[in-house]
Amino acid sequence: MPIFLEKRQIVTPGDLIAEGEYIAGENTFVENGKIYAARVGIIEYETKKVDVVALKAFYVPRAGDIVIGTITEVGFNGWTVDINSPYIALLRASDVLSRPFKPQKDDLPQVLDAGDLVVAKIVSYDRTHDPQLTVAEPGLGKITRGQILKITPTKIPRVIGKKGSMISMIKQETGCNIILGLNGVVLVTGKNLEDEQLAVQAILKIERESHTSGLTDRITQMLKEEKSKKGGKQE
Amino acid sequence: MNDKPEKLMDKKGLRLDGRKADELRPVKLEVGVISNADGSAYIEHGKNKILAAVYGPREVHPKHLALQDRTVLKCRYHMAPFSVQERKSPAPSRREIELSKVIRESLEPAVFMEFYPRTMIDVFIEVLQADGGTRCASITAAALALADSGVPMRDLVVACAAGKVEDTVVVDLMDTEDKLGAADVPVALMPNLNAVTLLQMDGKLTQEEFEKAVGMALDGCKQIYAMQKEALKSKYVNVGEQTKEEAEE
Repeated sequence: MPIFLEKRQIVTPGDLIAEGEYIAGENTFVENGKIYAARVGIIEYETKKVDVVALKAFYVPRAGDIVIGTITEVGFNGWTVDINSPYIALLRASDVLSRPFKPQKDDLPQVLDAGDLVVAKIVSYDRTHDPQLTVAEPGLGKITRGQILKITPTKIPRVIGKKGSMISMIKQETGCNIILGLNGVVLVTGKNLEDEQLAVQAILKIERESHTSGLTDRITQMLKEEKSKKGGKQE
Repeated sequence: MNDKPEKLMDKKGLRLDGRKADELRPVKLEVGVISNADGSAYIEHGKNKILAAVYGPREVHPKHLALQDRTVLKCRYHMAPFSVQERKSPAPSRREIELSKVIRESLEPAVFMEFYPRTMIDVFIEVLQADGGTRCASITAAALALADSGVPMRDLVVACAAGKVEDTVVVDLMDTEDKLGAADVPVALMPNLNAVTLLQMDGKLTQEEFEKAVGMALDGCKQIYAMQKEALKSKYVNVGEQTKEEAEE
């Protein structure tokens, strides 16, 4: 029952990873008792389970996920929202207004118009139905300020880091508030533009170098260097 | 370029461009060349120059084409008007429509179609310069672009052709050999699963010749497959090396 490849090796689709009594985890599949990779990614395994951490993938909705989406269309009793996924999400008017929707009285484009950004939670999704969103919870709703950037959805866990170490470090160093949409859209809001740009820079660096080791240290170093540069100019 | 060569193979058994019977043309592969696309690849196979771009999975347009149990794979093979000696009309020809279908069918077994119902994956293949064996090079590039886009796949797909020139079975025909030679056998392969997804023949071959041609084409596929893997990995390996250098500085 061998594993044929070492940890943190890059695999391509169809690469044979393991044989025998292993559990095929993410981005893998089993054929004739052998486990193969299904995406370009890096191998990770625990005692029994073999995973491929994808280096590039798209977002597949899951109930309970927090996502950031763009309103694409105002409908009769709600909105369609682009959540950076193969499926278009729906947001109902009664959910945003938190009372029954009255077509005679309420003017939907005034509440949310095409192009507006929202932080929302996925209520329901399955193979046969498009995802449904809600904003009726604290912290959710229309985005009024800050910067948006898009990264590959599979790298969101890397931005969070082990037990949130990476994200809390960036928040602390830049003084920005960061909301990570699990669909790969990130919202950065800070006191001024420079802080925001620094946080954006850090997150983009994480995306580029996510498959390398010692990343948290490098990001900390980068942030400190950039900050001291700016501090020097002001004085 | 239009004058016909008298012989496609000289006394030493070398072909028009000096290759041996079992020798491939030089192949160069690159991944992630089109930043607007979700996945892309570029192949130079001899004088062939082909771009492949993948978009999706995304919503299906027009909507009635959507399938409830799996994704729709759409393929468009197109030759640029300047890709051949005489201007090719940019409108899709009979041949291009057929090749689009053939390429789609050779890629479909490799993609997990049932994972994302009611969506569509678009594969665009643009031939910039053609010199025989474009369908094979297109399949190789399209499979790379699919893998690059993050679509889950059972295996990569590689394709290579073999054929008969002056009574000898040779691998990887170029344009003149294809036109003046006796037969052409393109083969597409999923190397790890050891499954053939495309097998065509035009011309006449005896059974022994056919078997030999398929064997040679499969060998060619395996050679190109190694380069395909290398191209996919190099996109990420280079970044790893850069950061190492930075750390050492």
